[in-house]
Amino acid sequence: MSQIVVEKKVLNENQKIALELREKFRAHKILVINIVSSPGSGKTTLLEQTLERMDKSKRVALLTGDLQTENDARRLAQWGFPVKQIITGGTCHLDAKMIERHLADWPLENIDVLIIENVGNLVCPTGYDLGEHFKIVMLSVTEGEDKPLKYPSIFVKSELMILSKVDLLPYVPFDAEVAKSNARMVHPGIEIIETSNKGDGMEQWMKWLEEKLAAVKSGELISI
Amino acid sequence: MHELSIVSSVLDQLDELKKQHEGAVFSKVGLRVGELAGVDVDCLRFGFEAVVKDTHWERLALEIEQVPRRQRCPACSEEFRAENWATTCPKCGETETVVVAGQELEIAYVEVEE
Ligand SMILES: Nc1nc2c(ncn2[C@@H]2O[C@H](COP(=O)(O)OP(=O)(O)O)[C@@H](O)[C@H]2O)c(=O)[nH]1
Ligand SMILES: [Mg+2]
Ligand SMILES: [Zn+2]
Repeated sequence: MSQIVVEKKVLNENQKIALELREKFRAHKILVINIVSSPGSGKTTLLEQTLERMDKSKRVALLTGDLQTENDARRLAQWGFPVKQIITGGTCHLDAKMIERHLADWPLENIDVLIIENVGNLVCPTGYDLGEHFKIVMLSVTEGEDKPLKYPSIFVKSELMILSKVDLLPYVPFDAEVAKSNARMVHPGIEIIETSNKGDGMEQWMKWLEEKLAAVKSGELISI
Repeated sequence: MHELSIVSSVLDQLDELKKQHEGAVFSKVGLRVGELAGVDVDCLRFGFEAVVKDTHWERLALEIEQVPRRQRCPACSEEFRAENWATTCPKCGETETVVVAGQELEIAYVEVEE
């Protein structure tokens, strides 16, 4: 019996494509974010509100992942920004190849911000780099406070946690402080914004996007 | 599903490796999986068996080394095991410590029959 030392990362193929994507995003100074949550946490809702408030001179484009349907793209298209649905046909995450394929006929030089809504799943998207600057994890108050402890990987990898549906806090047995401290336990320094479809937190969220975009445009923010 | 795609990724890489080691029979592959890698190890084992069945990898064994999460303190350089997600530096109390191990998802080695 002999042994060959391999020492190679497993998701190689994905990482290769993600690197190429990242290179393109950098060349065109595009801010790219990848939003991950369980199904129904409110990703599409947040994006609808974002587009509604977005300065129309900002060139935002969206890719939204779903197992089967085109519903989210339809919901998002009404704001006039380009949207494409990625139907994964059962695969529980987006991978870099899917992003590459769906971007192929888009003029990258005309995009400032690319927002990717991942497939509703807290586990699988974690391991797939899409060439983004930031992963953002969303947790709604109708889920458990212990989600950060149960699914730590995505919280560790996310720059920002969006605590969504805070309008429901008076009606659900959810302790926001416990949820936030759990998130900070697994990822010290994670940023947290509390939002709802009633407009809570939107100003802060829009400012976050604005600042990250400015940093990408000035060359201050480069992802590796 | 996710675990299945990891298994196919691993087998693709082994197919490549096999080209560089002509005639060698791979009997075991060793994977290193960090606790932050977002991989369910039981699922991975199960998926592995399902995927290799009735293929040329049917006799390939799988060994998984699980890597615990370790943090490093930027203030005092202490490195420690982050048990139960406790990431505060046990030596100096610094709260903003950095992950140094536990995110691995790697093929460590393959064993070859002589
Ligand atoms: N009360 C309340 N409901 C919300 C909020 N955000 C989303 N929802 C509802 O939650 C459900 C799932 O939202 P959706 O945006 O489709 O979630 P996604 O699967 O993460 O994209 C929908 O019925 C929304 O109307 C919120 O802030 N407050
Ligand atoms: Mg959605
Ligand atoms: Zn310390």
